[in-house]
Amino acid sequence: MKALNSILVLVAAFIAVFGEAVITAPRHWLGAQIDLLPALMIYAALSTNIVVVSLLAVFGGLWFDSLSANPLGLTIFPLFIVGFPVFLQRDLILRELPFAQVVLGGIASAVVPLLAVLLLLTAGQKPLLGWGSLWQWIVMTAGGAVATPVFFTLFQWCDDALGYKPRTESSFRPDREILRDRRRF
Amino acid sequence: MFKQKNYIALGTVALAAVLILSLPSSAASRLKLALGSLFLPLFGLAGATQQLPSDLADSVLPRRELLREIDNLRRENTQLQAEKLQANALAMENDQLRSLVGWEKQQPWKMRLAHVVTRDPANWWRTIEIDLGSRDGMTANLPVMTTDGLVGRIASVGYTRSEVVLVGDPKCKVSAMVDDPGHDIGVLSASGPLDSSLADLTYLPGTAALKSGQQVITSGIGGVFPKGIPLGQIVDSRQVDFGLYTEARVKLSANLGSLEVVCVLTP
Repeated sequence: MKALNSILVLVAAFIAVFGEAVITAPRHWLGAQIDLLPALMIYAALSTNIVVVSLLAVFGGLWFDSLSANPLGLTIFPLFIVGFPVFLQRDLILRELPFAQVVLGGIASAVVPLLAVLLLLTAGQKPLLGWGSLWQWIVMTAGGAVATPVFFTLFQWCDDALGYKPRTESSFRPDREILRDRRRF
Repeated sequence: MFKQKNYIALGTVALAAVLILSLPSSAASRLKLALGSLFLPLFGLAGATQQLPSDLADSVLPRRELLREIDNLRRENTQLQAEKLQANALAMENDQLRSLVGWEKQQPWKMRLAHVVTRDPANWWRTIEIDLGSRDGMTANLPVMTTDGLVGRIASVGYTRSEVVLVGDPKCKVSAMVDDPGHDIGVLSASGPLDSSLADLTYLPGTAALKSGQQVITSGIGGVFPKGIPLGQIVDSRQVDFGLYTEARVKLSANLGSLEVVCVLTP
């Protein structure tokens, strides 16, 4: 199931990037497109291994940049910078709690675009920035925060549907049950 | 906490990112197009899904409605043919006059229809991708427009797709002319990231007397955009740099937020 889960994370990243490029409703209604990769990175960092975190950063970043005017490879760094510390500290995080997922998803969705813009400015590019960018940043943060527990639930469903349940050994044996009710005898 | 495996992953990702970022621009754009082509099956699927409701609607459209539509199109076609004849006569007259004065003959532009495939997923760029590429004769810097007005220019070309930088993106600056008595010329550039229907018209002369509602068209200066393509209308203006320049906000004619079909002008 671990391999299948890893593949599912990458497939989800692929579909998420495609959706961001095709679905224009968030742009019309909220004025900004919501980036789902940081939320997915939080899921990967908390629930999978370092290989999946690295693959998601590399391939997610490359797919995103291939449909964007960003220089190719720019998004790899921000995604990995967010995912790596979360992965290292995941034993200390209450990852099962939706509140923790929302907070981490929000922080990741806020940090990734900031780092991407910082890298763009460092590279001498002139992205479209202004006071409106602040609103877009808030929308992206809130969107990512909401999307993170959704990803957790979605992957849990996939896990339940496609994975084998671990067989639990029970000490209970019906043939050795001590019946205390006298009426049966 | 910091195992050897984690160090290896950190090093590998950093190395991959640095290598990709330091690729030569031609190799990077080729790799970008190759990666982008991975999405082609999904584009096909999305196109078919979008087409399905309209196909269903077409199949249940009453015959009377279709006949009325055909009748309307015939009338429109006749009217357009008459206008085309008139335009041809005017073009011929224009050519004769230009040859009399000794001016170079104007080459008419051809139009290629293109469908918008994707929009930039990043909020800090205003670009779209269209389904025409180098196999269709596309080259960089070709103007892109709709029937309402200018949309942008082609920034990079792949085999089957091209990236179009929209008006209002920092990478697309257009020499624009205000339709006022002074024919003031300025540069149409990016305004803000939120409202894609507005752009800033900068470097207008300090003496420019602009009024709200005045038309703005391409000036033809710069050689990328032909003269006379509608850009939009003046919303308001203000003096900058102690009256040295005038800046104006322009409401763009083309609706950049909901582009589906665009025309590429080819020479």
